[in-house]
Amino acid sequence: MPKVTIDDITIEVPEGTTILQAARMIGGDVVPPAMCYYSKLKTSGGYCRTCIVKVEQGSAKDPRPMPKPVASCRTTVMDGMVVRNKTSQEVLEARAGVVEFLLINHPLDCPICDQAGECHLQDLGYEHGKVETRYEFDRREFEKIDIGDKIQLHMTRCILCYRCVKVADQLTDGRVHGVINRGDVAEISTYIQNSIENDFSGNVIDVCPVGALTDKTFRFKSRVWYTKPVDAHCNCDKCSGKVRLWYKGEEVLRVTARKDKYGEVEDWICNDCRFNKKKTSDWVIEGPSKVDRHSVISANHYDNLKVLKATVDRQQLALPHGEKVGLGKGALDPNNIHGKH
Amino acid sequence: MGKKLLLEHVDVPGINTLSVYRQKGGYRALEKALRTMTPEAIVEEVKVSGLRGRGGAGFPTGMKWSFLAKPEGVPRYVVCNADESEPGTFKDRYLMEKIPHLLIEGMIVSSFALGAKTSFIYIRGEYFYVARILEAAIAEAYEAGLLGKNILNSGFDHDCYVQIGAGAYICGEETALLESLEGKRGNPRIKPPFPAVAGLYSCPTVVNNVETIAAVVPIVNDGGAAYAAVGIGKSTGTKLISASGHIKKPGVYEIELGVPVEEFIYSDEYCGGILGDRKLKAVVAGGSSVPILPADLILKTAAGEPRLMSYESLADGGFASGTMLGSGGFIVMDETSSIVKNLYTFTRFYHHESCGQCSPCREGTGWMEKILHRILDGDGTMKDIDLLWDIQSKIEGKTICPLGDAAAWPVASAIRHFRAEFEEYVRKGHSIKDVKHYYTTQGLPEPAYS
Repeated sequence: MPKVTIDDITIEVPEGTTILQAARMIGGDVVPPAMCYYSKLKTSGGYCRTCIVKVEQGSAKDPRPMPKPVASCRTTVMDGMVVRNKTSQEVLEARAGVVEFLLINHPLDCPICDQAGECHLQDLGYEHGKVETRYEFDRREFEKIDIGDKIQLHMTRCILCYRCVKVADQLTDGRVHGVINRGDVAEISTYIQNSIENDFSGNVIDVCPVGALTDKTFRFKSRVWYTKPVDAHCNCDKCSGKVRLWYKGEEVLRVTARKDKYGEVEDWICNDCRFNKKKTSDWVIEGPSKVDRHSVISANHYDNLKVLKATVDRQQLALPHGEKVGLGKGALDPNNIHGKH
Repeated sequence: MGKKLLLEHVDVPGINTLSVYRQKGGYRALEKALRTMTPEAIVEEVKVSGLRGRGGAGFPTGMKWSFLAKPEGVPRYVVCNADESEPGTFKDRYLMEKIPHLLIEGMIVSSFALGAKTSFIYIRGEYFYVARILEAAIAEAYEAGLLGKNILNSGFDHDCYVQIGAGAYICGEETALLESLEGKRGNPRIKPPFPAVAGLYSCPTVVNNVETIAAVVPIVNDGGAAYAAVGIGKSTGTKLISASGHIKKPGVYEIELGVPVEEFIYSDEYCGGILGDRKLKAVVAGGSSVPILPADLILKTAAGEPRLMSYESLADGGFASGTMLGSGGFIVMDETSSIVKNLYTFTRFYHHESCGQCSPCREGTGWMEKILHRILDGDGTMKDIDLLWDIQSKIEGKTICPLGDAAAWPVASAIRHFRAEFEEYVRKGHSIKDVKHYYTTQGLPEPAYS
């Protein structure tokens, strides 16, 4: 089994593992960000270039470094390979460049975007982006398109990760959507505004890393951080029936597939489960979903309040004058807690 | 007169027909290959010849051929890249238009050497009339038994097809070409796997430029060693150069590699000097994507040696003071030309031709075009020049295919060698709203800036 060293951490991985997969096996912040790679989709990855890393040593046999940064999601590890991700200034700079490219034509309409709070581009921007933009021209715009009665495509936000194209290609028969035009006017489209009609079309919403493909049954109903995710299942003859329900109060606002910590779907779900079963009685509830503490969605988790209060107290004690500032009445009311990233 | 290996009979009337081509010794290489040589021997001759890919990258052809995977029971393909789209390059069109049989003979010989029963000539959409010429030549070859079953009673079967693309620069990238040939959107594939392992229809495939495949014919005829004797050092043989720009005699020239650049520009055998005997300002030596060089650096290297038309000499000094032979699109600019305006044209081209698959190229090329347009409009700032430099550095080497590099290099080299000219545009910005107006105010034909 080949051994690979990423940011000075060595790990043994099975033959054929990519650098990104190896980094995910190590975990932590060694893992490069990925906007287009999706482990459940074949031939995905390689497009967005955010996961680029530097290969300092190609392999034990051929120790020469690779001349250019490589896409870690599509580069297979060799025995003795030495990779630099966050320990290389060159990689971080190149990645910042890629993030800038991804953002120059993005509308940055997060305040009115349904994806805000669970958007990979938002996370990427916070981690690797710059505060100011150097782009002073008009941004690219497209008309919104309805592809089917439940899904809306807003190309203006799209980063052309090709994930939805691969879903349509690999999950269902009779692919009807793809990419038309080229360069910076390329767009995801169906043939002359055809709708996508199949039982699994809704999965394109889940794989979309940004707010380009949204669920029309959920649009503008709530910010995600006001909803509470709960894992549930049902007996479905089309799919696994394992889903995540997003509650606001007693109401199920939307149903999505369950996602892992890299934002990837665990099991594809069918449109019936996604769009038509919006009552608690349709489901067997398993319990609250585990939400990463850093996620804005965790702001809605009531059991965090104790920890939060302790943290705030500690931070206040550390203030230069040692003053304790009152939080004000109702500050810890869950409905008042705003999104904190 | 330099030795001519490809275009020797180009001016013979009717050379595009099979009968005249055969009179002039055509299909001799095919007969020799099929009757007296083994496929391995041909590959060996190509290796000995030192032939390098003529499409731009200059990778040794013999080595590329030896990488071809040969699994049992899987067909192999030879694909000819006739999607000649590099601005400033028109040599393949000339060759195919004038001597189509040379390419077809090269295709059959190469396919025999590589064990391919089928080959494709992928030609750009704008060359549809050239495709007709090739198709007519292929029909003639079928009729004469040079293509089809049991060629020249050797037991070797081969079919050759012409496929017309829809006209996209990106389809000249070999994996995008293969995608397009398969009937898909012409997006470059992510390598590895390389085409030699999984190319057309996931079968082992060799993709070569028109001129490379044509050069196989003289190599088989006279032997690899004879071919290697022409040229200089590791730049063996002859190269077709598409000369254009401010020269007295633009056109396609076959040169022995190693001709001094000065001789190529000024001698009557080749370009015949600068139009109107004006001063040379800059040269783009190998098609629009290679770095532009100012007159002093194109005629002499940084070390003061005379610069030669060869892979090594043109690349001498790296990108700091050198360039590349590329595809041989030799664009000459005299003192009246504007580097900034020319760069804008190139950048607009790369913006238009980017496939949009990976983000740095998709977004970066358009951004650079917009900034250059602003500078040309007189609305630029000094910061814009640094920004351009920064953008190109973030594109170069970060993309799936070399189009990103091709878009970045002209920008980098223009700023590297002609920064003063950009600054001049910015400084005069408040008074110019179009370049033409600016030129008149400068009292041309004086050099705009230098």
